[in-house]
Formats: sequence, structure tokens, C-alpha cells
Amino acid sequence: MTDPRANDPATISAEGAPDEPGGTPVGTGRSSDETTGDANIADAAGIADAADAQNGGYLLEAIDIVKRFGDFTANDGVSLKLRPGRIHALLGENGAGKSTLVKIIYGALQPTAGSLRWQGGRVSVANPAAARRLGIGMVFQHFSLFEALSAVENIALAMPGPFDLAALGERVTRVSAQYGLPLEPGALVADLSVGERQRIEIVRCLLQEPRLLIMDEPTAVLTPQEADQLFVTLRRLAGEGCAVLYISHRLEEVKQLCHEATILRLGRVVANVDPETETAASLARLMVGADVHEVSTEAHASDGPVMLSVSGLSLPSAGPFGVALRSVSLDVRAGEIVAIAGVAGNGQSELFEALSGERLAPARDAISIAGAPCGTAGVTARRRLGAAFVPEERLGHSAVPGFVLSDNVLLTRHASDRAMVGGGFVSQLETRAVAKRVGGRFDVRTSRENPEASALSGGNLQKFVVGRELDRDPRIVVVNQPTWGVDAGAAALVRQALVDMARAGAAVLAISQDLDEIFEIADRVAVISRGELSEAYPARDIDRERVGLLMAGAHETGESAGRAPPPEARA
Amino acid sequence: MTGLEAVIMTIIAAATPLLLAAIGELVTERSGVLNLGVEGMMIMGAVGGFAAAYVSGSAMLGIAAAVGAGVAMSLLFAFLTQTLVSNQVATGLALTLFGLGLSGLIGEAFTGLPGAKLQSVHVPGLSDLPLIGPVLFGQDVIVYASVALTALAGWVLARTRLGLVIRATGGNHHSAHALGYNVIAVRYGCIAFGGATAGLAGGYLSLVYTPQWIENMTAGRGWIALALVVFSTWAPRRVAVGAYLFGTVWIMGLYVQGIGINIPPQLLASLPYLITIAALVVLSGDRLLTRVNPPACLGQPFVPDR
Repeated sequence: MTDPRANDPATISAEGAPDEPGGTPVGTGRSSDETTGDANIADAAGIADAADAQNGGYLLEAIDIVKRFGDFTANDGVSLKLRPGRIHALLGENGAGKSTLVKIIYGALQPTAGSLRWQGGRVSVANPAAARRLGIGMVFQHFSLFEALSAVENIALAMPGPFDLAALGERVTRVSAQYGLPLEPGALVADLSVGERQRIEIVRCLLQEPRLLIMDEPTAVLTPQEADQLFVTLRRLAGEGCAVLYISHRLEEVKQLCHEATILRLGRVVANVDPETETAASLARLMVGADVHEVSTEAHASDGPVMLSVSGLSLPSAGPFGVALRSVSLDVRAGEIVAIAGVAGNGQSELFEALSGERLAPARDAISIAGAPCGTAGVTARRRLGAAFVPEERLGHSAVPGFVLSDNVLLTRHASDRAMVGGGFVSQLETRAVAKRVGGRFDVRTSRENPEASALSGGNLQKFVVGRELDRDPRIVVVNQPTWGVDAGAAALVRQALVDMARAGAAVLAISQDLDEIFEIADRVAVISRGELSEAYPARDIDRERVGLLMAGAHETGESAGRAPPPEARA
Repeated sequence: MTGLEAVIMTIIAAATPLLLAAIGELVTERSGVLNLGVEGMMIMGAVGGFAAAYVSGSAMLGIAAAVGAGVAMSLLFAFLTQTLVSNQVATGLALTLFGLGLSGLIGEAFTGLPGAKLQSVHVPGLSDLPLIGPVLFGQDVIVYASVALTALAGWVLARTRLGLVIRATGGNHHSAHALGYNVIAVRYGCIAFGGATAGLAGGYLSLVYTPQWIENMTAGRGWIALALVVFSTWAPRRVAVGAYLFGTVWIMGLYVQGIGINIPPQLLASLPYLITIAALVVLSGDRLLTRVNPPACLGQPFVPDR
């Protein structure tokens, strides 16, 4: 019952099943002093070609993969061919079937039809352990890490062979240094940044000397500097003959990194292209199947009145894995968009909760909305002052999954819209009318009239929850991760709506991890790191490099400054 | 037997069933399963053990039957909560009610009958030493088993791959599944271990502690064991401290009453609970342990996607 690797047969019908990647240290068989870069890739691929000439040199072939979940067909006859030493991009919008396909390759899902070939021989990958035995490693988008375990314990869980944490810790240190991914084996995962957590996943894969490494949106959670470091590691791996399957939304980095690209749309392959000869726009067109609207904006300095003001806000962390806010100060003026950049888990949700009133500030004047101190006022009071809030989590926080859209409208607008509640009674007429208006204005596509929130796709629900707030014409909008995990079309619509809102005179504060988005819409940019907020710089005076350094915590010059006495001491 | 010796022996006897039940529940909970049926598994162990020992005349067979009854109850729980994905809290409560009722039915024929008492170990020479002899070398096998199982559980959880897998399963069952571990199988195993020790704890009550069958003879010990697990922050060593502390205060209360000191009996009866909770709260001041040990997936149902 304990070790699933002990008794699960990877039914490998190919001749010469790859042997167990036992305790041999990584580096043997690969020259460890090899220079990084693209120079060796052609060679490595060439050697592999010669060795595997009988099957066209492919390491892995997925042939006509079909996967159905009930009535829904996630993959509809998808084929994918990967060569050793090549970085192959898998592109597509949310719901295009990328994750389903890689889960099938990694053995986490079984295909309804179709087959996998490994080095020319037909294989069925019964489970992830079988995939790892073949030499397939995967770094997940949502990491499969255990917060309460140390880095080395997390790695040990995926390693076959004898159980010796001390020896494994030494290997981890060696391999992580070798690939430029420094890692402290004894560190508790909960204490690590997202970038460091990803390193654990990558090192875990590297220790098994993978022949194929699958990366599911690896840079979504990284600072630009961390992403650059990752690219160096990936190019080096490819140079050593490892195939990389790289999933990303970010077309620029795909052009920069990948040798080949397969594009999925609605569960089918629509194109196999060379990303270098394509433009980001042409790739996006292939993914979406239509031209993607570009957000029209020019950054400008606003001299409107300060609508949202935070001064010296400190809040202790709410839970054991939370982040404490340290003396956060910020002004947002009418007519401008201020964006807060930062790597996930640096206090964004804590700051959002403090602004929205889900958690109250220690002092009344720590937060002012439209000039009125309201640090200790609840969500409804703040909404009455003209503020609107869109949390990060669409389903469960912004909207109740089992409620129809009109009831979800009521949830955030019962106090601010007089017409919705009269004499203690809810006016269904009014809530339905508003839901319908929001749906029309923000292009929320539903399969029927007034469905439950859970029936909407991510992009449509996001358009709805943003639209529900903007439809009120609020004076202040605070939105956390406005387009997180949303397809390109919906993202463009939401961003344009925020820009239009600001140009019409509202103060908009957008908390986002997506630097492309931030530079697209923001007039001023601040960066949050470990609960501390930097100054807000005009967007035209700050570049990605600088933002990246701030995201990594470069502004933490004086620790003591962050622990200044809370505002009530001054009040 | 001197006075001190008798006190220590009774403390050990009071602590052993708590320790056994708690260490099994600890392992179950570390795998992410909340089994509130400890009391029900214990009482079934008690009646099963007594019945088997009475019929066969062998106390050792009684122990085996007690363990078997506990495991059978736990597998019923595992089937309902893991295979059929029923609510763990409701199922655990139902298991307790079911166990109390069924044990009463089975035990009716055995009420008031003299049982086969499990004999204590006797090591010539060692067991005859004053004080240390009977305390260390004159116990019965279940007492030794309770200590050994606690040490074993602590060692397995902290030092072995099996323990790491159990902790991982309790910490994040989706990740454990993604890594290729069989979450349901791990949990079945841990639930069965919890059933075995709870059954053994029940057997200890009916074969050693009061060697006869009395309805509801577990008297809430299963619930105390459950509380001990939480207050000990899921650390085996602390479960042992908690169980022995509880036993000590409980027995001391009886002695205080016996001497004739006038303390309201209600206060005396509540003292073991109060002191154990206070001590374990102080002990659990360790921030690291309170962060790391509580299983994040405790009580959450898991359905693998295929």
C-alpha cells in the first residue's frame, strides 16, 4: 500500500524498456561543463536522430489522442511529435485542451482513444510513476508540492530507490547548483517564494534524468529575472539532448525560447509552426481563430483628487501561511489606473482584503475612500462610499457558484442600488434587468437566460463579475488579478473596460501578476514584495527590469522602516 | 506491593487504552482522515475480545479478536468514507453509535461473567526487583505493545518513506495523487491501523483493566483519545505525554478522594481534562509544529480524476 512504484506495471511493449533511473548521480553521461546556449542543440538532436533513425527520430509521438469527459471532448484527434533536444511549445487558449493532453502524456489521465509511442514503440502510460520510469518529468502549473514538508522531503516523494534523506539532500544541493537553481534542501516549502518552489519541482525532475520535461506555464508565477534564469536552464537541458514540451500563454517568450510550436484550438490541432518565423500577433490569431482586440490607451499623469488613500497600513498575517502587511501607503487619484505588480503570495490578497473591508484595519484613518476615513468600516459601508471590489477568485469569492447571475448581482449591490431591495423585499425584476444589462454591455456569453455562475466559463464569468461592479459607475475600483487565467479575448475586453472607466474619471487600482497587462493599462506602477509596497512610479519612467528587481524585494533596504509603529501611534 | 508501586501500576493501566486509541487515530489523521468512530471501534474491540477469550479460554485469542473487531469496524468506515466518499464526520459519529449498540447486543450474553484475565509478564529476577521490577518488567504484553507502537509510529512518520507518504497524503491529496501515490490505499491502511489499535485498547479494558464485560465500558475514552490527538498537535511523543498525564491526574484524583480530602467530586472528575488540556496547550506553543503537523486535508473527501 505504501510505495505505488513497487507494483504498478508500466505496460511497455517497446523493445528495451528504459531502466530504472536509480541512484546514479545526475551529470554522468552528460558533460557537466557544457556551455549553455543553443550551439549544441543541433548536434544533440543530430546524434539522437542517428540513434533513432528507424522511427524518424521522434522521442514521443502522441497519435490521434481523443479524451472525452462526459459529453465534453477535451482532445479531439490531437497528434503531437517531439524530438530530443528540441523545445516544443504547446499553445492554445484556456480550454483548448493543452492541460488534458499533457496529463495524458504524463499518465495522470487515460485517453479515450489514440495511442502514445515512445522512441517508436507503442506504450501505455498507466500512471505518473510509469511516465517517470520512461523518463518523462513534469513541472505543474499549480505545483504538486506539500507545504508542510521540506524541499528534500518533497523531492524524495518522487524518487524511487532507497530512502536516504541525507544523501538525497547532498544530491539536491549539487544538482541545483549545477543548473543554477540554488535550493536549500531543509527549507520548509511554506516559507519559500513561488520561484523557489518551482525550483524544487524542476530539480525533482532533473534528478530523474528526464528524456522529456513538460513545463506547464512555468513563467506565469516568475519575475522576469527568474524567467530568464529558467530559460538558461531549459536551453542547457535541451543542449544535453532532453526534449522539452513547453506550455505558455506568453507568445514573446515562446518566440524567444522554442524551436517548434503546436497550436490547439477547441481540442484540435490547428497548426504546427516555427515560432521564430511567426509574430506574436499571428500566433495569437491562430490560437483565438480571430484577430485579438488591442487595448487602446496612453499613459497619462492624473491630477484629479485622491479617491483612495492608504497610509501606513500594517496588518499581521491572518494564518500560518499568510503574509503580514508592513506600513503600506498608496494614493490613487481620480482618472488614473495604478497597478500593483508582484509575485503571487507577497501580500496581494491581504492588501485586497484590507482595502475591501473583509479584514478591518487597526485604525480608522489607515484607509480613506473619497476622503472619508473608513479603515474600520465594513465592505458595505465602503461600497456606499462609491467603491467597487473584484476579488481574485471568481468562483467562490466574487460569485456564489450555485446562485444564478441575478442573485449574484444582488450580493454586491444590495446596499448601493436602492431599486434592488425595497421594504425588505428583493426586486427580482430589477436584479434580472441588471444581470441582463451587464451581460449585454460586457459580452457575457451564456448558454441560456440567467444561468448559475458555475455554468459560465472562466472568461465569461470574469467579464460578468467585473462588469457587475463597473455597471454601477463606481468612483473607485479595486480589482485583484483582473484577467488571471482568462482567454485573450475576454482579457482584452476587461482591460479596455478598466481603461475606459479610468478615462471617465474613476480611480482604478489593479493588482496583477501579469507584467504585460500592467504595462498595457497602468498609469503608475507600484510593486508589492513580502507585504511591503514600493512607491508608485509613473509607468513610462519604469521598465520591466526595475519592476522585476522590486518584485524580488530590492526595495527592502531598511527592514526597520517596514516595522514602523502602526498608524494609531501617530493618530 | 508497596503503595507507590500500586499507584504507578494503576496510572499505567489508566493511560494504556488512551495511548493505544490515540496513536492509531493520530496515524489515521496524519493521512488526512478524521475518524470520529474511535469510541465505537474500542467498544467493539472490548466485547469481541471478551467474548473470544471467554469462549476459547485464551486471553491471547481474545486480544487477536479485539484487534480483529477494531479492524473490521474501521474497514467499514474506510469503505463508506473512502470508496463511497461519504461524509467523514457523519460516518464516524454513526460508527460510534453503531458500535455502542451492537456491542450491547453481542455483550448481553456475557454480562457479569468472569473473564479470562491476560497475565502479566514475569521475567525471573528482574520482575522481582522492588518498584522497578513490576513497573518495568511486570506488565502485560498490551502495555508493552502500546509503548512500542507509539515509538514505531513516531519513527515511521518521521524517518521512513512510508511515513513521508502518509504525511504527504494528509497534507495535499491532489499532489500525492499527481505524483502517482494511491491516496485511497494509503488511507485504507492508516484507517485499518487506527482500527487495530482502538480494538486493542478496547480489549485491554475487558481483558486487563476490568476483566469482564460491562455495557458502555469504554466510558468516553475514545473521545478523550480524539482530543489528545488534536491537543498534542499530531505528535506521537506528545500523545504519550498527554495520555500518561491524563492517567496520572485521574488516578491521583481517586486517591485524593480515598484519603478523604474534601474536594467536590465534580471538580475532581473534571481535573484530568483541564490539566491535560492546559499542559498540551502549553506544549503546543511550538510554532513550527503547529504549522507543520496539522494535516491540511483532514476530513476532506478525495475522488481521483481518471
